[in-house]
Parts: sequence; C-alpha cells; structure tokens
Amino acid sequence: MMIWLNQIIQGVLLGGYYALIACGLSFMFSVMRIINLAHGSLAILAAFGLFVLASRLGLSPFLGLLIVLPAMAAVGWLLQRTVLERSLRGGLLVPILSTFGLSIVIDNLLFQQFGADTRSLAPYIGDLSYSSWAITDDIDIGQLAVLTLAAAIVLLGGLQLFLTRTSLGRAIRATAEDPDTVGLIGIDARRVNATAAAIAMVTVGIAGAFLAMRATFNPYSGGQQLVFAFEAAVIGGAGSLWGTLGGGIVLGVAQSIGAQIDPQGFLITGHVVFLAVLFARLYPSRFALQLPRLRRQPA
Amino acid sequence: MPEAPLPDAPVLEVAGLAKRFGALVVLDDIDFAMRGDEAIGIVGPNGAGKTTFLSVIVGAHPPSRGTIRFRGADVTRMPAADRCRRGIIRTHQVPRPFSGMTVFENVFTAATSGGGAGRDEAYQRSIESLALCGMMGVANRRADTLGLLDRKRLELARALGTNPVLLLLDEIGGGLTDAEAGALVETIRELRHRGIGIVWIEHIVHVLLQVADRLICMDAGRIIADGRPDDVMADRTVIDAYLGGGAG
Repeated sequence: MMIWLNQIIQGVLLGGYYALIACGLSFMFSVMRIINLAHGSLAILAAFGLFVLASRLGLSPFLGLLIVLPAMAAVGWLLQRTVLERSLRGGLLVPILSTFGLSIVIDNLLFQQFGADTRSLAPYIGDLSYSSWAITDDIDIGQLAVLTLAAAIVLLGGLQLFLTRTSLGRAIRATAEDPDTVGLIGIDARRVNATAAAIAMVTVGIAGAFLAMRATFNPYSGGQQLVFAFEAAVIGGAGSLWGTLGGGIVLGVAQSIGAQIDPQGFLITGHVVFLAVLFARLYPSRFALQLPRLRRQPA
Repeated sequence: MPEAPLPDAPVLEVAGLAKRFGALVVLDDIDFAMRGDEAIGIVGPNGAGKTTFLSVIVGAHPPSRGTIRFRGADVTRMPAADRCRRGIIRTHQVPRPFSGMTVFENVFTAATSGGGAGRDEAYQRSIESLALCGMMGVANRRADTLGLLDRKRLELARALGTNPVLLLLDEIGGGLTDAEAGALVETIRELRHRGIGIVWIEHIVHVLLQVADRLICMDAGRIIADGRPDDVMADRTVIDAYLGGGAG
C-alpha cells in the first residue's frame, strides 16, 4: 500500500515539472493560437545557456537565470516578430511547420556547438540535487522535486494573477480573443503578442533550468520534452493555466504508477492516458447521454 | 495632448477617399468634413459603403487613395490603435465583445488602453460609461452570457471607456423596441451634450432624425446628398437611391 502511495506522491511531484514545461506551450497556444513545436528545443537552448554560465564562469544555475531569462524573453520577442507573426498570416498550419523547422535548426546548432555529450546542471547545485526529506520509512520526497512543484504553482498562479489583475494581462486576454477588434480600442496587437511571446519564453527558460537540474540533457532532448509538454497541456485542456497544472500532475501520476506496474511502463502509461483524454475531448458527444437514433423516414 | 482646435475647425476631414477590394470599388472619391460638435447621420441602401467608410476612418482598413485628417493631423497611415488613443472610436453593427471577460473588464480594458487612463481614472470612467448605458446591473457578468441588447449596449459602453472625441456608431439601433430606441436616443444626446462628435449609421431613420442635425446619404460608394435632414430626405436622388432608379 505504502508503495502505491509513494508512487502517487512521486507522480504528483513529477507532475510539477510537466506543468512547468507545459506552461509556455499552453500560454502560447491560448494567446497566439500557435502550437510551438520548437518549445522543447528552446527549453534545451536555455539549459545549455545555464550550462555554459555554470561550467565556464562558475555561476550557479539560479544566478544564471538572471541572465538567461532576459535572453529568453528577447528570443521570444524576436521569434514573434520575425517568424511566428509572419507564419500565422499563412494560416494555422504554417506556424506548426515553421516552428518544426526552427526546432531542427536549434537542435543542430546546439549539436554543432556542444557535441552529442549528455550534460546536467546537477553538479552545480550542490546537495540540492539529491537531498530529500524522509516523510515515513517508505516515503522520501526530493527537495528539488518539491522546489519544482512549488515553482510550477507560483509560476502558473502568478501568470493567472497577471492575466486578470494587470492592464497588460487584460490586453493579452483581449488580443487572444479578437486580435482585430483590440486595435480599435487602442491596443497594439503586435506589441501585445510579442510581449506574450517573451513571457512564454521566460517560462520556457525556467522549465529548461529545472529540467537540466533534475535530469540529463543533450542537444536532441527537445523532442521528448515537447511530447511531455504537449501531453500535459492537452490533458489539462490547452489554454487553461490551472488545467495545465492538473494535466501535468495527471501525466506524472500516470507515468509513476505505470513504472510501478512494470519497469518499462513509465512512458507508455503516460501516452495511454494522454490518448484516452484526447479521444474523450475529440468525441465528447460519444460519451454524452443520447436519444436513440431516429430511423430515417422513407421518402 | 493634441492642440485644441478652433471651434469652427473641422475635427475630421476626409479628402478624395477611395477604397477598393480588388476590382470592387466600395468607396469612390469621398470628400467630407465635420466639426467636433456635430451629430451626423448616415443613411443609404445596403452596399452603399457606409460601414466601410467607418472602417477606413478608424484604420481597420487602409484606404486605396485619399487622406484622412483628425484634429488637423494626417492620420491616413496611422495604425488603428494610435487613432483610438487620439480619440476616434467605432462600434460594430454585430457586437464584438471580448466574450471571456466580464462586462466591467471589457470597458476597463478599453479605458486603460485606448483611453490611456491610470487605474483610478479608468475605474471611474468605466463606472460612468456603464451607468450611462444602463449596464451597472450586469457589470460583473461574463460578456458571453449577455443577450443581443446588452451586447449592443456593451459595444457603446466600451467605446465610451476610451474617452472618445469622435464616436462612430454602426447601426446600434437595429432590432430595438421603441422604448429601447428612446433610451438610446437619450444616451446619444447626453454624449453630444458632453462634446463628443457623433457619426451614426442607421436604417431606422426616424430614430436617427431625433439626434442628427446633419444627414448624409451614400449610394454606390459616393455621398449623394449632404445637408439638413429635412432637405436630404426630400432630395430626389435620395428617394431614387432608396426606391430604385425606376421608381415613380
């Protein structure tokens, strides 16, 4: 029994990371209607940024964020102005293709620069990477995992407050709903969207930092992170911030329980839950109580 | 702040304005000027270019030719958001509220962005706009729960939130009962009283005539009559435009 409880607790903590990585994807989708397939690669880009600062300058990853996050914001702004804005004019499919292309470019630039070696920021954060609190004899919770979940809650809650309580946040919501009308009430939709992209990239930078501290990464790790982010965002109902937290936790718990059932079941259980939720969302009417189908009247 | 214009100086001046969508000419060489204290009604058959005229003035569509001057400054190439901050605002015939936001948030957002107001001022102005449009009772409801009448009111309240100099109204009277139309006329009169210039497109002419002191008739992208409402309504070309060229 304790084993299962432990798996659930570990799953919830893991879900904190998934919520973190899904946050930017979900935010960008809800505000700009862009599915950013370069999402994972951008998180890895931020991770390498922190890695360079830590390994070459000896800067702790937490201090490194002070440099990397503004840089990621600039990347988001530029990305929106140069790539996303233009591709969105070509319809919904074009941004998917262009961000897919962008992910390939980022992955290969990182590969060219850093090679295929696997890295981690764990050596640069002292004992935070392995310290844990013993709750009972059977249950230990990692300090970094708790910090990750706390970061996810603070980030998603902060974004929620930002969107509802600040004038920029309201402008972002209004632009998300109707980018043509906002201009007529004095909101510069281009600027608002570029700001929103910058904010999304800051969250991606934070997620990249936690990824690099809790696990290992290499230039091609982005794809896997994108899949986790996508699954968490879809399970949570893309576009809802608190839903994203819930989606991350559902995914984390599913994977964690899957791993308990079978050591190889970690990923597959997560994917199965994702697919189940996706189908339930695609065919809501199939699950609704329905009248028996009326027989067609003969002509 | 924009320079204070002389009372007689036009607030809006449009010269040689044309708008084409491909081969379709929607506005054809329009010249138009109005003072800031005027209330102008625009009538004309469907497809005359009335709504497009408003869209070009606010900057939703760039004109194909011609110039637009607002308070003496050339705004022809200015983005819509900047024109709004200078005081030009329109409402839409089919209301376009931000449906995921509350009624108050809709107006407040307009007041802080287009109105350029700080928090307290925007709050005051939002309350005032909502009260003027009779919407205080539904201020905290989400906009997507409103019926059509309240959506139309919200369209007006949100426009007022931006503290406009010139208010362009696109058929906000359509589908109203006589009592509702009467209340609307009172609201628009109050706005005039506060010094807001009004341009109002409306098919319900008798409602329009209760407010307008100048009437314009458009047909096929041109202004075919412009003057005192009685004169325009009696104009031969106007009658022909409405009833068709062959009529009596």
